[in-house]
Amino acid sequence: MAREGILVHSPYERITEEQIKQIHHASMQVLNDPGIISFNCEAAEIFRANGAEVTPITSADNPCWLVRIPEKLVLQAISSAPKIVKLGARNKDNSLFLNGEEPRVFFASGSETNIWLDVDFQTYVKKYNPGIEILVPEFHPRRGTVLDLCQAAHLCEHLESLDAFIRPVNIQDEDITEDNKDVNKFFASLNNTTKHVMAGLTSLEQLDNVINMAKLIVGGEEELKENPIISFITCLVKSPLQFIDDSTQTLIEISRRGLPVAIAISPQGGTTAPIKEDGIVAQLNAEVLAGITLSQLVNKGTPVLYGSVPVRARLDNLSDSYGAPESSQYNIDCVQMARSYNLPCYSTAGVCDAKIPGIQSSVERLFSDIIVTLSGPQYLHCAYGLLAGNATFCPLQAVLDDVHFQMIKFFLRPPRISQAEVDISLTQLNEVMGTPQKLYIRYIRHMLRSGQVSLPYPFEGEGETDNVLVLAHARMKQVILQPVEHIDSATTSKIFQEIPGILPRLDVYEQRRKQ
Amino acid sequence: MKEDMIALLKENVIQGRRTKDDEGVDGNMVGTPAVLELVQLALESDIAPEIIIKQGLTAGMQVVGDKFATKEYFIPDMLASAEAVSGAMDILKPYLDESSTMTNRKFAIATVKGDIHDIGKNIVAILLKGAGYEVKDLGIDVSPEKIVAVVREYKPDFLGLSALLTTTMVAMGKTIEALKENGLRDKVKVLIGGAAVSEEYAQEIEADAYCADGFHAIKVLEDFQKVKL
Repeated sequence: MAREGILVHSPYERITEEQIKQIHHASMQVLNDPGIISFNCEAAEIFRANGAEVTPITSADNPCWLVRIPEKLVLQAISSAPKIVKLGARNKDNSLFLNGEEPRVFFASGSETNIWLDVDFQTYVKKYNPGIEILVPEFHPRRGTVLDLCQAAHLCEHLESLDAFIRPVNIQDEDITEDNKDVNKFFASLNNTTKHVMAGLTSLEQLDNVINMAKLIVGGEEELKENPIISFITCLVKSPLQFIDDSTQTLIEISRRGLPVAIAISPQGGTTAPIKEDGIVAQLNAEVLAGITLSQLVNKGTPVLYGSVPVRARLDNLSDSYGAPESSQYNIDCVQMARSYNLPCYSTAGVCDAKIPGIQSSVERLFSDIIVTLSGPQYLHCAYGLLAGNATFCPLQAVLDDVHFQMIKFFLRPPRISQAEVDISLTQLNEVMGTPQKLYIRYIRHMLRSGQVSLPYPFEGEGETDNVLVLAHARMKQVILQPVEHIDSATTSKIFQEIPGILPRLDVYEQRRKQ
Repeated sequence: MKEDMIALLKENVIQGRRTKDDEGVDGNMVGTPAVLELVQLALESDIAPEIIIKQGLTAGMQVVGDKFATKEYFIPDMLASAEAVSGAMDILKPYLDESSTMTNRKFAIATVKGDIHDIGKNIVAILLKGAGYEVKDLGIDVSPEKIVAVVREYKPDFLGLSALLTTTMVAMGKTIEALKENGLRDKVKVLIGGAAVSEEYAQEIEADAYCADGFHAIKVLEDFQKVKL
C-alpha cells in the first residue's frame, strides 16, 4: 500500500508543445553558451571527463570554471534518470510513488522558516453593544526551536491531505550548532511523523550520520534502498547559472549514495532571472537540467526530482513575491517542462506575501494552490502554514491549508459519468416527477454517507460572525492531542548511542522516565 | 415485546427509513422492516396509536432534531425522517380519535401570487407533515382570492406564505388584507417565510410570525400551541 495522492485527469497546460520545444532549445543553447559557472572543482572535472568543454575563469576571486554542457550529455541524463521515484516512509502505507509519466499530485509541507507564529485570542466587547463579546486573534512571533519542529511534524502527521513532510521551521536553539543541526532536524522530524521526510542538509559532514540514522530506523542499508524514508533537497545553483561549491558537493555525495534528491532551483524573476516568462523558464530549465546531468554522471540512475521554485520579485522591495500570479505562471510552465522529459516534478505553491492568517493569506495561497495543482506536478511542496514568503510558520495556518487541500482533492475526483450512472439519474428523475414536491433531496443521503458529497467548510461561524481562526485554532489543539507513533524505544536507544549530537531532550522515552 | 417494537420504530425514524427498501443512515438495513411496516405491525399487535406516535414517532423525531442541531444530521436526513413519519401518520389517521390533538392541526401553505419558487415551501410542508400536521399544499403563484377561499372552506389553523423575491413579497401583505376584508383574519394564524422576508416585514404586514426555516416554523407552531393551552 502507498498513499494515493490525487490524479489530475486533464492537467491544465499553459504553454503549447511548440513553446515547450522553444524553451528546451533555449535551455540547451544556454548550457552550451554561456554555459554554467562551477565554483565546485569536482563537478567541473566530472563534466570535463564526460566531454563537456571546461575552462578555468582566472579573473574571478574564487576558483571557478566555465562548463559548456553539450545537449547530448543532458539528453543522456534525462534518459537515465528514473521516471518513477519512490519516497518511502516509516509507515509503509505512507510511501509515495512519483511517476514522471503520470500527473498524480502529492502534497508536502515546507520550506524552512525562521519564525514560529503562536496565536491566542483576546476578548473584546462591541463598542455599540457591550453585551456582545468578540474573540480577536493576537499573533506572537518567536524564533523556532527543535521542539517546535517536533510539534510541526506531529501536526503534519495528522493533516489528512499532507503526503510528505518538509520541515517548516529552522531550529535555532542555543545548543544547535552547524555540526549537530542535521541529525537533530532529521531525528525530530522522523520521530514525530510516519510520513516521508525530505530536508536540505546544513553540513555535508553530517550526511552519513543522517543516512545511518535512517538505516537504523528501517533495519539496514538494503532496507533503506527499498524504503527510502528520507530524501534530500539541494539548491546547488545560484541563479543565474552558477554551481555553488558546497551544495554542489552535497549533490555529488548524495548521488553517490543513491538516495532520492530534489534538485531545487529558485531564480527570482526580475533580478536573478528575466522577469519575462520565457526567459526565466528557459534559464531555470537549463539550471535544473545541469544539476540532473551532474547527478546522473556521478551515479547513473540516481533518483532525482526536477525541482522548480521560481518566483517573481516584488517591485517595492525586491523580496520574493510568491503571491504574484506570474509566480504561478512560471511554476506551471516548469511542471510542463518536467513532464516533457517524463521526470517527476517538485513544484511550489501556496506561499503567500501575507504575514498573518486571514483573507490575504487565503486568497494568495489558494490561487496558486489550485492552479498549480491543476497542472499536475508529482510532488507539490505547498507551504502548509507558511506566511510572509517563507519567513514564518504558523501551525494554525497549516490546519487551514489542510482543509483547503482536501477541497482541492475533492474537486479533482474524476467525473462519475457512465451509462449505468445516467440510468440511475433517469430513474430518479422519473420518480421525482411523480411526487407532489418534485424534489431530489431524498437521493442526497446515499451520496452523502458514501462520501460523494462534500461537507460544509468546517470553520464556518454562526450567523454573520467570522470564527474561522477561532475554530481552526480549536481544531489545531485537538490535532496536537492525537498521539503519534514514535520510533520504538530500542531503536531510539541505538540511535542515541550510535549517532552523535542528538539532543537528549528529543528522547521521548528518557523524558517519560524522568517524569 | 411491545417495548422492543416501539424502540425499533423510534430507531427507524432516526435512521430516516420509510420502507424496508431504504438503507438508512448506517447503510446496512435494507430488507428489514422500516417505519411504515413497523407501524402496521404495531397496530396489529394492539399497541395504542397514541403510544406509537409519542414513544415511537415523536421520540424519534426529537432525536433527529437534536442530531440536526449538533450538525451530525443534514436537511436530507431530517426530511427522510419527516417523510417516514408523514407516511406513518397517514396509516394511523383512521385510528385516531376526532378529539385527538394530533388531528387538530391543519396547516395550509402556499407560494404567493407572482412567485414560482417552491423549494423552501416544499421542505416546510414535508417537515410539518413529519411533525404531525395535516398539510394542504396550495402550490405556487397562488392568488389572495384562492387563499381566502381555502381558508373559508378548509378552515386551517395556520396559513404559511412563502416568497423568494422582493418583488413578490408584497403579495403576502395583499393576502393578509384580503383575509381581513373577508372577515377571516382572526380565524387563522399567518406565518411567513422566504429569502426576501424578515421579522420586521412580518410585523409591517401584520403577520403572526416570521419563520427562518422549516425547523423554526415547527418551533413557532409549538409556541402557538402552548399559548392556546
